[in-house]
Order: sequence, then C-alpha cells, then structure tokens
Amino acid sequence: MTEALQWARYHWRRLIRGATRDDDSGPYNYSSLLACGRKSSQTPKLSGRHRIVVPHIQPFKDEYEKFSGAYVNNRIRTTKYTLLNFVPRNLFEQFHRKEKKYIDRCWKDVTVGDFIRLSCNEVIPADMVLLFSTDPDGICHIETSGLDGESNLKQRQVVRGYAEQDSEVDPEKFSSRIECESPNNDLSRFRGFLEHSNKERVGLSKENLLLRGCTIRNTEAVVGIVVYAGHETKAMLNNSGPRYKRSKLERRANTDVLWCVMLLVIMCLTGAVGHGIWLSRYEKMHFFNVPEPDGHIISPLLAGFYMFWTMIILLQVLIPISLYVSIEIVKLGQIYFIQSDVDFYNEKMDSIVQCRALNIAEDLGQIQYLFSDKTGTLTENKMVFRRCSVAGFDYCHEENARRLESYQEAVSEDEDFIDTVSGSLSNMAKPRAPSCRTVHNGPLGNKPSNHLAGSSFTLGSGEGASEVPHSRQAAFSSPIETDVVPDTRLLDKFSQITPRLFMPLDETIQNPPMETLYIIDFFIALAICNTVVVSAPNQPRQKIRHPSLGGLPIKSLEEIKSLFQRWSVRRSSSPSLNSGKEPSSGVPNAFVSRLPLFSRMKPASPVEEEVSQVCESPQCSSSSACCTETEKQHGDAGLLNGKAESLPGQPLACNLCYEAESPDEAALVYAARAYQCTLRSRTPEQVMVDFAALGPLTFQLLHILPFDSVRKRMSVVVRHPLSNQVVVYTKGADSVIMELLSVASPDGASLEKQQMIVREKTQKHLDDYAKQGLRTLCIAKKVMSDTEYAEWLRNHFLAETSIDNREELLLESAMRLENKLTLLGATGIEDRLQEGVPESIEALHKAGIKIWMLTGDKQETAVNIAYACKLLEPDDKLFILNTQSKDACGMLMSTILKELQKKTQALPEQVSLSEDLLQPPVPRDSGLRAGLIITGKTLEFALQESLQKQFLELTSWCQAVVCCRATPLQKSEVVKLVRSHLQVMTLAIGDGANDVSMIQVADIGIGVSGQEGMQAVMASDFAVSQFKHLSKLLLVHGHWCYTRLSNMILYFFYKNVAYVNLLFWYQFFCGFSGTSMTDYWVLIFFNLLFTSAPPVIYGVLEKDVSAETLMQLPELYRSGQKSEAYLPHTFWITLLDAFYQSLVCFFVPYFTYQGSDTDIFAFGNPLNTAALFIVLLHLVIESKSLTWIHLLVIIGSILSYFLFAIVFGAMCVTCNPPSNPYWIMQEHMLDPVFYLVCILTTSIALLPRFVYRVLQGSLFPSPILRAKHFDRLTPEERTKALKKWRGAGKMNQVTSKYANQSAGKSGRRPMPGPSAVFAMKSASSCAIEQGNLSLCETALDQGYSETKAFEMAGPSKGKES
Amino acid sequence: MAMNYTAKTRRPDNTAFKQQRLPAWQPILTAGTVLPIFFIIGLIFIPIGIGIFVTSNNIREIEIDYTGTEPSSPCNKCLSPDVTPCFCTINFTLEKSFEGNVFMYYGLSNFYQNHRRYVKSRDDSQLNGDSSALLNPSKECEPYRRNEDKPIAPCGAIANSMFNDTLELFLIGNDSYPIPIALKKKGIAWWTDKNVKFRNPPGGDNLEERFKGTTKPVNWLKPVYMLDSDPDNNGFINEDFIVWMRTAALPTFRKLYRLIERKSDLHPTLPAGRYSLNVTYNYPVHYFDGRKRMILSTISWMGGKNPFLGIAYIAVGSISFLLGVVLLVINHKYRNSSNTADITI
Repeated sequence: MTEALQWARYHWRRLIRGATRDDDSGPYNYSSLLACGRKSSQTPKLSGRHRIVVPHIQPFKDEYEKFSGAYVNNRIRTTKYTLLNFVPRNLFEQFHRKEKKYIDRCWKDVTVGDFIRLSCNEVIPADMVLLFSTDPDGICHIETSGLDGESNLKQRQVVRGYAEQDSEVDPEKFSSRIECESPNNDLSRFRGFLEHSNKERVGLSKENLLLRGCTIRNTEAVVGIVVYAGHETKAMLNNSGPRYKRSKLERRANTDVLWCVMLLVIMCLTGAVGHGIWLSRYEKMHFFNVPEPDGHIISPLLAGFYMFWTMIILLQVLIPISLYVSIEIVKLGQIYFIQSDVDFYNEKMDSIVQCRALNIAEDLGQIQYLFSDKTGTLTENKMVFRRCSVAGFDYCHEENARRLESYQEAVSEDEDFIDTVSGSLSNMAKPRAPSCRTVHNGPLGNKPSNHLAGSSFTLGSGEGASEVPHSRQAAFSSPIETDVVPDTRLLDKFSQITPRLFMPLDETIQNPPMETLYIIDFFIALAICNTVVVSAPNQPRQKIRHPSLGGLPIKSLEEIKSLFQRWSVRRSSSPSLNSGKEPSSGVPNAFVSRLPLFSRMKPASPVEEEVSQVCESPQCSSSSACCTETEKQHGDAGLLNGKAESLPGQPLACNLCYEAESPDEAALVYAARAYQCTLRSRTPEQVMVDFAALGPLTFQLLHILPFDSVRKRMSVVVRHPLSNQVVVYTKGADSVIMELLSVASPDGASLEKQQMIVREKTQKHLDDYAKQGLRTLCIAKKVMSDTEYAEWLRNHFLAETSIDNREELLLESAMRLENKLTLLGATGIEDRLQEGVPESIEALHKAGIKIWMLTGDKQETAVNIAYACKLLEPDDKLFILNTQSKDACGMLMSTILKELQKKTQALPEQVSLSEDLLQPPVPRDSGLRAGLIITGKTLEFALQESLQKQFLELTSWCQAVVCCRATPLQKSEVVKLVRSHLQVMTLAIGDGANDVSMIQVADIGIGVSGQEGMQAVMASDFAVSQFKHLSKLLLVHGHWCYTRLSNMILYFFYKNVAYVNLLFWYQFFCGFSGTSMTDYWVLIFFNLLFTSAPPVIYGVLEKDVSAETLMQLPELYRSGQKSEAYLPHTFWITLLDAFYQSLVCFFVPYFTYQGSDTDIFAFGNPLNTAALFIVLLHLVIESKSLTWIHLLVIIGSILSYFLFAIVFGAMCVTCNPPSNPYWIMQEHMLDPVFYLVCILTTSIALLPRFVYRVLQGSLFPSPILRAKHFDRLTPEERTKALKKWRGAGKMNQVTSKYANQSAGKSGRRPMPGPSAVFAMKSASSCAIEQGNLSLCETALDQGYSETKAFEMAGPSKGKES
Repeated sequence: MAMNYTAKTRRPDNTAFKQQRLPAWQPILTAGTVLPIFFIIGLIFIPIGIGIFVTSNNIREIEIDYTGTEPSSPCNKCLSPDVTPCFCTINFTLEKSFEGNVFMYYGLSNFYQNHRRYVKSRDDSQLNGDSSALLNPSKECEPYRRNEDKPIAPCGAIANSMFNDTLELFLIGNDSYPIPIALKKKGIAWWTDKNVKFRNPPGGDNLEERFKGTTKPVNWLKPVYMLDSDPDNNGFINEDFIVWMRTAALPTFRKLYRLIERKSDLHPTLPAGRYSLNVTYNYPVHYFDGRKRMILSTISWMGGKNPFLGIAYIAVGSISFLLGVVLLVINHKYRNSSNTADITI
C-alpha cells in the first residue's frame, strides 16, 4: 500500500516494451497490466538457489495477446514508431485522461524480465542489470541518497560486452539469459552472469546492478533488464522497518501501571466483598436498599459481583491512561527543547541535533556504556596527508605540519582573495588555475552565496576548514586536506626525475635511479591506485573527458599528434587566462608562498623541462614516442602557462575535484597532486596522470581489485605507458602488505638486499607513524609479464563468472595477483581528533559512563587515538588481548583476571561482577584504572559463548575498552552482548555505514552526520554533527529528560491514586455501593482539565540543576544511571504518600462534617477542592524551579476548577441527574468552614512530604541538591565552590587510596603496569609457546621504562615481520 | 547575500525560553529557608484553632434519642407496628438556656441515604415541575415509579422513604402546664432549592388538580399535595420534603426540622428548664439498627457544634511550631552542610 503511494509520487519512467506474462497470476491484476501493457516478457523461474531471467518475446506472444487484445494490436500496428518511443507516446495518447491512475499501477506492475529505460533524474523502480548507457564508456552515474543517504555519485557499468555497442540494446534481439542469485538484502553484493545465446558467459557484479530507489544522474538514458522487482528488490528487503525502542523508564513505568491495575483489582474486590457483607445485613431494608425495577432484591453474592464491576468503572482513573498521553506530550516538549538548543548548532554544516526517535529521550540520562566508533566520530575523518616514507627514507613534511598548525590565518587571507577571483571567473568556460577554493564548491552546484557564508562562518568559528554548508563532498576537499606542502627533501629528489629514466630498459643505468624510480612509482601509485572520480568544478557532476588516447599500444605518431592537438586545444584556453591573472595567481595559498622553497622551485622546473626535451628528442623510440610528444605539447603549454605550470601551490589541475569514496583516497590523491603528479581523469579503461617531469601519462587500466575489508588492500593493474609493462600497484594495510612482499633470500642480488633494507626501514617508519596516531598505508608494486598477466586474467574471469563461491574465488584470484610485491613506501595520514573530544570523553568518564571504542583501525593507531582523546590515561594499566586461538584467549583472560583480583583483594569492596555493577565507580577509580585493548580476531573468540562471561567480567574491571580491527558485525555483537548480559543501558555512536548495525542494536543509537554519508544518521535515534555535542546531550538533556519524565510519571501515579482513593474511602461510608460524592463531570474533568496541564509543564520545564552546573559536574549524571529518580521503592513511597494524603483529604472533611446535615455533593465539594490544592501544591514542592509558566498553569488550573464549579453549579438545575451539584459551590464559597477545611486538609496532607524534603535538603542532601546551590552563586564563588567540590572528591579518593595501600601489602606498587604485564607473559608464554600466541605486544604504560617496553615488543615484532 | 543566508540558517533562536533559561524561582528546601514558614503556620493556625474551638464550645446543643429501643423509653411501645398512630412524649431538661435562633433537627443513624441506587432513585425534572415528567417519571425511580398504573409523585426511593415523624416541643413551666414552643416550618431549606430547583407542576389554583393522575408514594400516608396546609409550603416545595430530598452524605446525619426564632434580645429563645418532646412515631428505624434523635442547637458563624476543626487547627499549629523549633536546631547544627563552602562527596 505504502509502496504504491510512494511510487505514485514519482514521475513515471518508460518501460520500453513489454509483454505481459506472469507465472503466478494471483497478485497481479491483468486489466491493469493491459492498461500499461508494454512489457516485453518475463519468466521468473527459480531454479534451485538461482534465478534465471529470460526475456522471452515470441514464446509468450500468444498468451500475451490473449490477455491484452486491443492494446497489443495497437502496438503491432504502429510500427512507424520505434520500439522505444512507441510506448510512451502511445500510452500518453491512450491514457491521457487517466494518466494518474495509470502511473499508480505501472509502478507496481514492473516484473522480472522487463526492460526498462530510464532517463536522467529518474528513480529506478526495480533492481536491474544495466545493459546500456548513453555514456560512451558505458557508465551510468547513480545517486544512492534514497538508499543510504550518500549524495555523492556512484558509477555503475554496463555489462561487459554491451558497452561497446553504439546503439541501444534492442530488446527484441536480446537473447541472452541472466542467471543470478536469489533475492537477498545485501546491498553491496550481486553475483550472477549473463549467458549469451552462444553460451558465452559474462560475469555480473554489483557494478552492473542498478538498485531500486537510486536516481539516475548525469546520464542521459539507460536501459536495463529487471532481475528483482517489488518486494524482492534489495531496497525492500533491507527495509526491515524501524525497531521500536521503548525507553527503560517507560518499561519501568509499565510495570508500575500493572501494579496500579493490581491495586485497582484489590480495591474493587474490597468493594465487592464489603458490599456483599453490608447487603447481607440490610437485605430486607427497602428504605435505602432499593430493589430491582421488578421489585425483587438481588442476593448479596450477586450484588457483590455486580459491585466489583461498578467499582472498576468508578475507580478506573487509577489506571493512568492519561499518563501515556501526557508522556507523549512531555516527550515532544523535551525533544523540542533538545532541538532548540543552540549549543548543538553547527555553523559549518548548518545543522542542529536531529531527534529521529521521539520516545527515548529520557534514556539519554541513563547511559552506562558508550560504544563509539573512532573514525569520523572521535576524529574529524578529514584525512590530512602528514608523512610518507619512500624507499626507506622518511619525509617528515614539517612544512606541511606547520601549515596545518598555522592554518587559520592563512584561511582568512585566502578567502578575501577568492571572493574576488571566483566572481570574475565564474563566467569563463574553463577557469583553470586561479583559485583552488572555487573547486571545492563548484562541483556541488552550490550557490556562491553558500560558499561565501560558509567561509565567513569559518572565520568566526576559528576552525581550520572552510567547508561549505550543505555539502559533504566539499568536506573531502577542504583546503586543509587538499593543500599539501611538499617536503623539501623529497622535492629535491623530484628534481632528478627525467623521462630518461625510463628510456633504457631499466637496469642499464644503475647508479642514480633506484630511489628516483621508487619515488615515481610511489606517486603514480598514490594517484591511480584508487577509485577517485575526477570532476570539474564548473560542470557539476561531470567528469572531465579527454579524448581517448586509444588503446595500447599507440599505433602511429600521427594519431598521437592529432590527439594531443585536440587535447592542447582544450587546454589552451587557460594559458591566456592565467597570464592575465598572473599577479594574483601566486597569492591563493598565502602560506605556501611564504615558504622559501618555492622561490627556489620556480626557476627549477622549467629548466628541467627544457632539458628533458632536449635530451629526449633524439632518442625517440616507438615506445617512448608518446612521452616525447607529450613533453613537447606539454612544454608548449607550459611555456604559455608560464609559472602556473610550475608553481606547486597553484598546479595546473587545481580546478579538478576528486570525489572519493573514502577520504583517505582523496588525501593521497591530493598529496600526489602536491608533487605535481596530478590525477587528471579516470575512465573505466584508462587513467590519466600529469606527472610534472614526465608529462601526462595515460595508463591503460586493465583491472581494479577493489578494496575489501578481508584483504584490507586494493590493487590496480595498469599498463605502464613508459615501460609498457603490466604493473600492479597495491595499496593496503601495512600488516597485510608486508606479508605479501617478495621474499628476499639473504643471498639474493643487491636489489633484493636493498629491498630488505627498504622494508625494514619502512617498517620502522610505520611503527613510528602509528605511534603518532597516523593511519598508515603501504604502497607496493609488482611488475608482471604479459604472459603472467594473461594467465591470471583467465583465471580471474572464471572467478568472476561463478556464482556460488564467488567471493572465495575472487579472493583467491586476488591473492594470486597480489604477491611478490615490491615495497615502495608508506604513507601516514592524520585523522585529526574532533574539537572537544578529549574534554567530552573526560566528562563522560566522570559521569560514570564506560566508554568502549570500537574501530576497524589497527591497534597502534587505535591506542594512540585512545590516549589522545583521553579515553586512556597515561597511568592506566593496559591489557592487550591479541591471541590467535580461543584457548589462548581464555587463558590470557583468566590470567589477567587473576592478576586483577589479586591486586584488588586488598580492596574490601570488590566482590563479584553483579555487585560491582551496582557500586558507584568511585572506589574503582581509586583502586586501579585499567584499559583493555582487544583485537578483532581475539574479539571473535571472546564473543563466543564460553568466554563471554569471562570477557565481560574482565571488561567490567576496565575503565575503557578499545576494540580494534573490529568488523561491523562484531561491533553490533559487542553491543548486544553488553546490553543483554549486563542489563545496562548502552549508547552507540558512529558515523559510517559500518556503524549502522551497532547503532541499531544499542539502546540509543547516535549518528554523527559527518563525512561518510547518511547511513548512520538514517539508522540512528539522534543525530549530532560532532562528538562533543554528546556530552551536553547526555549530561544535560539526558539528565533533564530523565529526571523530568520520571518525576512526572511518579507524580502522575501519585495524583491518580490520591484522587481515586478519596472515592474509595467514601465507599466505607456508603455501604460499598459505588456512590461517588462528586458529580461525574468534576470527576472526569479533575484529571482531564484541572490537573492535566501542570504535570505536563512540570515534565517539560522542570530543571533540577542548571545546564552549566551539570556540565561542570558530570558526576551528577550518575543519579540517572542508577535510576535514582525512579526506583521501584520510589513508586511505593509515592503510593504510600498518595494513600496518606487521600486519607487526610477524606477524613478531615469527614470529621468536620460528621453528623451534620451536609448532603453528598456538599460533602464532596471540599474534598475536591482540597484535593486540587493538595495535588497542585505537591507539584510545587516537588518542583525545583518555577517559572512564570508554572505559575500561570497552576493558577489557571485553580481558576478553571472554580469557574467550572460555579458555572456548572449555577446553570445545572435539573441536568445531569441524579448527581446534581446545584448551587453547592456558591453556598460553600460563603461558608468560612469550607475555607478552613480546605486549608487544614491541604496543610496536613502536604506536611510530611514538605518536612521530608526540608530534612533531606539540610541533613542528607543528594549530590544534585547540593549542586543546586551552585546555581545561586556568583561566578567567582562558583569557581571556588567547584574547586572545593572537586577537592573533596579527590580527598576521598586519596584517602581510600591510602587505605587500600595500607590494607594490602602486595597491592599497588609504584609502577602498576609491569607487574601485571609480566605476570601475564610468564603465564601464557609457558603455556603456549609455539601456539602462535602473541601476547602483550606492547605495554603502553607510561610508568614503563623504555627498555622494558622494547624487551616486550621484541618478540612480537619478530613474529610480525 | 550573507544576510539572506543568515535568514535561512537553522540556528535555533537564542531566547531564554528555547534555551531553557527562563528566570525561575528555585526554592531550595533546607531547614534555614523554610524555618519561617513553620513558625508562621504555627502562629496562624493556633489562634484560628482556639477561635474555632471557643466558638464551637459556645454552641449549645442537646440531643434527645427517641428511637425507643430501650424498654424504659416512652417510645418503646411504638416499636410494634400494630400501634398506629403512636404518640410518645419524652421529657428533657435544658441546663443552660439557648440564646439566639435555635435549630431543631431530627437525626438518623445508620441510615444509608448515600447508597448509590438510593441516591439515583429520584426524578429532578418531576420535582422541578415538569408536567411530562410528572406523569411519566424517570426510569431511575423504579421500582417506585408507578403504583397501580399511576405515576408516583414524587417518585423514587428517596421520596418514598421520607421522614414522617412529627415532633412538637413544649416548655414545661413551673405550673406543669406545657407551653408549646413555636416551631417555624419555613426557611429550613436552601433558598435556591425552594425557589429554583423544586417547583410544583403548573396548572390550576388547586394543588390537588395539578397533581391529578398521580398517586402518592407507597409508604406515604398522605399525598404530596397534602403535606402542609400552607400553599407556599405544599407539594414539591414543602420544605420538609426538600430537606429530605437533599440526601445526606454519611449514614449518620441530621436534617433541619424546624426553626425556633428568638423572640427578643431580653429573653433567651429557649430558657433553661424542663421540656417535653411530643413525637408522632411513624418512622421505623429499629429494624436496621437505626436511631432517631431530636437535636436542638444554636449556631454560630461556623455552623453547628464541631470541636474537631478547632482541635485539629490547634494540633497542626502546634506540630508546625514544634517542627519549626526542631528545624531551628537542625539549622543551627548543620548550617555548614547546607552551605556550598563545605560540600563533600
């Protein structure tokens, strides 16, 4: 239903032709099929686990016509139309009148086997295999924002073999068969093959699949064949619907509602029994025991039974139905205030906190465990190229580091400049170099105004990036990431690069080139070993297309020449422009020009180029013709371009924009660009790179082995244009790459020795990088012979076309390719910590929240980030779980546990896990702080059932847990484990698609709307823009929401019980006959009108402690964690109070009016009035802050009550029989006793609670009450008081620390770390020596001396390398 | 352009309301801050309590139980249903004279006039003079709706069970010749009841005619239009009837029966002395253990005699005062703890 509606909203898409056949005729309406019957045909047959899609035309024609007589004729007659335009046109004519209806139906009638033709900006209606694209390269761009929220374009490719076709696929001639896997919900996988009539098979992958829900962009038209339709589409299968989360508080309240039901039943039973007994005494008394209408008297038993139900009707208010309504309203109000908090506003992204779940805001105040992703959540996920190591030499890029630090001023200078330049350039056809900044904004089609505003905001915010609001892509290319200042030493080496290096086939000139070649390869790898999409800024979303240089090998010089002429024509528009702009062109990167090296660079490169030309020309060989020509053209262009060409700060390709799937890739490409190795364009067949000294190089792209998390690497196979060899460039995690390097035999050639040296040095650098918290990647290459490649390719195709165990086969195939690599170097990319993360984590720690960091990153990086963000303190004891087998894992854990227990046996308060959880973490802090590092592999063992308990026990000892190398599934499993086994409230925060499962599993999922798309946000309950917002969200809003709502719920229970009990007490005096002493309207309105608004206002606006104090004293959060505001016994105390108050409220008037001549309603009136005052004043006592809104509502409630009573009492003479309060209120208002009774009742009823609150306030104030005093202080007093508060806390800790030390002699030693670590080592090393157990890789304890650390790290190092 | 942009921004308004910074009164309930409240409550409540108590004590009230369950009682003979009508006389003595207006009540005990079905069993429209309701009373009145195919006026159990003893008061002077005391029948019901809520059905001058077609309640001796000779106190607007129809809240109650107006400032309304109460005993209460009483009471500004309210006020005031003292001690002892300077964890 919803599906149909949803589809109906979209524009229609044309189904080019169709037969209409349905194997299961059930669900489809044939008449509607006829209405839009233009499907070719389809035969969904499920053969085993696979699906075969065969587009039949002839075989089903008869059947088809049977169903769709007239229309088929129509189709057949109108042969003058092409098949493609016939349908739309005809349909338009045919169904012009009821077009809308037709659209509605058509969307759902798409069936498997249909051919679908879609134009640009249309939404894909079903999963289909792409058969044709108007794009010459057979590429189709799709936007998947409807699916995962990511707005960057993704490329999809036409099935191989179809890309070469010039014309559109003719469905009539389509005779192939598609076999693919059965429908599943895996968005990132599609396996199948297309079998041509001649049995030739072509593999299909997700690159060929257009998923329903995506939008076609930048491609004029595409044609595809439907393989999954309707509910079988991956989009629909993924749509499991939102998980309904119910907050802990609400669950708690629900049980208490059940108690209320119990109470009600008890009260009603009392009434029933009481009535029965009463009746048996007065059975014969017809005076007041009115007989039934027919005159007989029912037996006491039956009357008691009836009375039970009468009482239920009378007392049903006890079950707070209105509570749920009020809770919803309160939650809405709370959400409103959370969203209005200006502190959550992110200027750069113009975003506020998004509350996507409305019903769990109060859970924010009870979080005990926080699971955080690292990348993009704690860090900015702005990858900044920091260092690299090439051929064993480390290049620190100090200037770059300095640039990053001094970024702010630079930006401010820049922006002014850009504003002027970009304006002047906006109308130019191809603005080249002038401003890099415009690049970042252009591709997104943002209005200039956005850009302007974005940059001006940045200035104000003082943060180093000039991002554009609304744009994610821009974030990838903010100057801080894109501008890399080259390292001087590396540049020096660059100067040695000449094309000549490639001339003699390698090893003829031995002396200089080795390192230089490494450098060249390194940067080429950086530039091309990725899946970055290049686009130009002023043509949004369009890739730059250079005329194809043709396939390899290049055939003739003429051809090349002509090609280059064409190419240079394209480029030549820029030089004039540039020269015109020259004065300003040097300025854009002010910080760049400040650096001295560029003045040196300027003369250097032109000279170099000329030199290269000179020396190049004579030796032209066919293989290097391309290069030479390139150089010539390039040189010409370069001359015209003048300085623009050679200025590193303003490279030629500055206006290119790179759209990368991961920011790392972009960072590397930008880094390569800084060294004038610029990625210019990328098509499925080739990659063009501008290499400063070598000129433009076109690499034929033979194959891409994309990145996956199992291999942890990606490779590109290219044909090197200079050497014409097949080269594999691989980029990946160091641990993986290092194992794949060619094994150097010790007696090998010098080259191999050199390799060894490079490798060792690089490893050292890598460790270095990791220690600095940089993300490391290794770059390696491999040269293959053509025959080797051909053989591999053959096997690979086999793997590609298989369906069943394709992954394994592909993995194997990749393994075959990616081996015997030559290490080129390594890169270190910095992922900067987000602003305010350490402070937030510290605060959350203080708030008693255990924080786990779950990351896919490597251990060293993760640990460093953990230190950097204060997740781990320097003097924390660190345990590292990194084992290769389950037994070892269990043993190691028990060893650590034993160690910990031994350590804390001295501490009296440590007993067991369960008790430990309930304990305030304060003594724990003093006892010992421990951190646990666990790797993905080990985590797998730890999550197994047998070790779960041990693992949890271990983690409960630790302040922080870091899980590195964790897969998304593991992340969610960890959360699930902790949540279900420890019965704690968990929060998961993450920003990427890999965090989605974790976010969904946790009690509260928070998405960081950052760089990696919207998937996490889509799955989350709350979405923030930065991690630091979490602290206020939890500490302030969470605390408020929780206390507010829990107090409100308790108050609601109280209110209902207190009021209903008045009726109940009256039953004792009216023979349990179910009489109410109040007229029905007042009874109804009392809850509905007179006392409904105050609790809601109380629930929305109550503020026990101010936001500032809550932020300054995160300890206050613990009350929420322990559910202090609403414990089970709180409910019963509240109920007791309600009972007391109702007793008072009943019996004070009772004794006052006892024996007098009051009538029923005159007796009820003071009861009601007093109850109203009691209920409202109770709220005032409970409120910690009262604003004018509270006042207004309370006074409004009182006034509305009196107004109603007076008006109703005056107007209603005979209405509402028999309960008729005529003129009672008026009488009472003139009666002083009425007032006296009300005042007395109210005071007696509220006295105990008031006294209790007062005594609590002065004798045993809770931390929150004490913190409340802070709000009253002046700022100076406040800081003083805060200091005292903290001092007191510390004092406590210190004293307990001393106590511990004196108590346990074997307890703490000055250096906490070593003992534990050593103990572990001895224990497990003796146990499993050869078991491939690497334990305690490093002990990152600061108390640990360097030498010891080295000793420890030694063995494991050896193992790794 | 920048201006435009700012206008479009999603930045929340930085207002006190939205940022939850509304100026608020933040009461901190500690001994020190609330101390005055307790003393003030004490100081106010105790005088009020004393005032009420004194007033209540000054009210003269006498209750005469004439149920007749005790064998010695003169009305004992009336317990048997055979004696009809039954007259009995009870003598009593006023120790002190009653000044001002004296109210004469009859009191019933153990009479559940607040039984739900009993309370419901009436037709307000009929009592309000609605002629259609007169002949076709509400179903709520069942089974006292119709009798012998005629609608009962007034219908329902309440009316049916109307108190129908007649009480007369005599002052027995020295010469043992009883002087009847003037009992005023009118002015005992609420004005609004008599004039708005209760009305006789419309029609001719004769009340009997207006109630034509109806019959009397089963238990009644006389039809409703013969309750009194005074046309202004007859039918539905008979004040005894109106008072009865205002159902009592509790099973033990009193209802105003007559007024004894004071004659002059010089003489007490009821001088101390011996009196006799003449009862026409019609109303049977003994078989549900009920009691019947005649009550004479003077009234004050706060109504009848009620010691509870005064005592309660005094008690609450004293407790409050005591608490104030306790808090004073606490405040003195723990003053530091409520002070922020000495906050400890």
